[in-house]
Amino acid sequence: MQEIFIIIIGAVLVNNIVLAQFLGICPLLGVSKKLSSAIGMGAAVTFVLVFASLITWLVQRFILDPLEIGYLQTIAFILVIAALVQFVEMVMKKNTPDLYRALGVYLPLITTNCAVLGVAIINVQKAYGLIPMLANSFGNAVGFTLALILFAGIRERLEEADIPDSLKGVPIALITAALMSVAFLGFTGLL
Amino acid sequence: MLYAIISLAVLGGVFGIVLGFAGKKFAVEVDPRVEAIIGALPGANCGACGFPGCSGYAEAIVTAGAPMDACAPGKDAAKNKIAEIMGAEAGETKERKIAQLMCNGSKDNAVMLYAYEGINDCHAAATMYNGPKACSFGCLGLGSCVSVCKFDAIIIGPDQLPVVDPDLCTGCNACVNNCPQHVLKTVEISKLVHVRCNNKDKGKDAKAACKVACIKCKICEKNCPEGAIQVPVGGVAVIDYTKCTSCGICAEKCPTKAIEKVLPVCPTIQENAATPVAPGCAGCGLCK
Repeated sequence: MQEIFIIIIGAVLVNNIVLAQFLGICPLLGVSKKLSSAIGMGAAVTFVLVFASLITWLVQRFILDPLEIGYLQTIAFILVIAALVQFVEMVMKKNTPDLYRALGVYLPLITTNCAVLGVAIINVQKAYGLIPMLANSFGNAVGFTLALILFAGIRERLEEADIPDSLKGVPIALITAALMSVAFLGFTGLL
Repeated sequence: MLYAIISLAVLGGVFGIVLGFAGKKFAVEVDPRVEAIIGALPGANCGACGFPGCSGYAEAIVTAGAPMDACAPGKDAAKNKIAEIMGAEAGETKERKIAQLMCNGSKDNAVMLYAYEGINDCHAAATMYNGPKACSFGCLGLGSCVSVCKFDAIIIGPDQLPVVDPDLCTGCNACVNNCPQHVLKTVEISKLVHVRCNNKDKGKDAKAACKVACIKCKICEKNCPEGAIQVPVGGVAVIDYTKCTSCGICAEKCPTKAIEKVLPVCPTIQENAATPVAPGCAGCGLCK
């Protein structure tokens, strides 16, 4: 139990996938203009990440390892993720069309989101068992969502801030992201 | 090698089948009218209607009740078809508009401030003291309107000002919205009198920058029999086209010839030009 807890805290705060490992930067900048779409994106990534990790873990364990074709890891994992994202897209289009429209192009872009592939590969590299693997995936997904929501909250406030002309828009967002990353470094000594 | 091929093929196959079933189960029913309206629109995706492309407009008509007459390039043909599809009245026919340039600062008329040798784009030139001309309101003549026109209706003429072809212009406003100097506007095609100046400076300063500038003398205002032209404080003469009868008195009286009366466009062009002849036709006129 203690091990699971450490894995989750480590994934959410200490090794935050976005702010400490710098994976999945694209949606961080792309979908963080509004808090509502950031939450939606976080939920979508959480779903995709956990399920993709589970399926890739199974694929690695029962197909790639026994057949000794580990060199196909990347392509097989991308296949799994792409199919899963397609599935999520269909479900969303049917059940939550508003969220589907708000996420726009970033939803299919989860396919190539390196956070998802990155976590799947880290799970295999660290040779986690089933439960620690799920804990790590979930922790990373929560970390991603946390970073996205915090960032969106800051950016919503920045809309009304008095920013110098030359820094308006993306530049101030990048500076903010860098400062948040520095802040998250403070969690390094936690574990 | 064999295992690699088989395992990837099996993985791909399984995912394909699952997605196929999911696609059936989660299929979203699209209103058939959306497809029909997309077919009736020109397909130029010019954005004149204010929606993201033709498909965005078609969806907005069906789901959000957007107006049916917003497609400028499609004109009445598209409007009537849309009305037919939606089962509603098309409403009265609007006169088509074409773009007019509110500047006559050709290289002979305008005083140049410096020689511009930068990127061949009005937006780039506008960042440097509003362009190379002494008049900071005028046309820069580098053709940002030409590049944005989906219908090849604008060319840069011999005096380095854009010339709009009334035959091809659809009045979609793409050039109007893209002009950094805001010297283009769309006016009904039957209106013949246009103020060819955008210089909002005082008369003396305007005249110093350009030979044919509006000097705010208000002679046009005093002579107009319809009261259709006015010179507001801090602006150039503005024609109220709902009142203007295109008599041309203001153009005759204007001391700097900043107001111009153009020749009327032939009636068949006035009505028919650039009307898409088939679904998917953008009305470029090349086939004629």
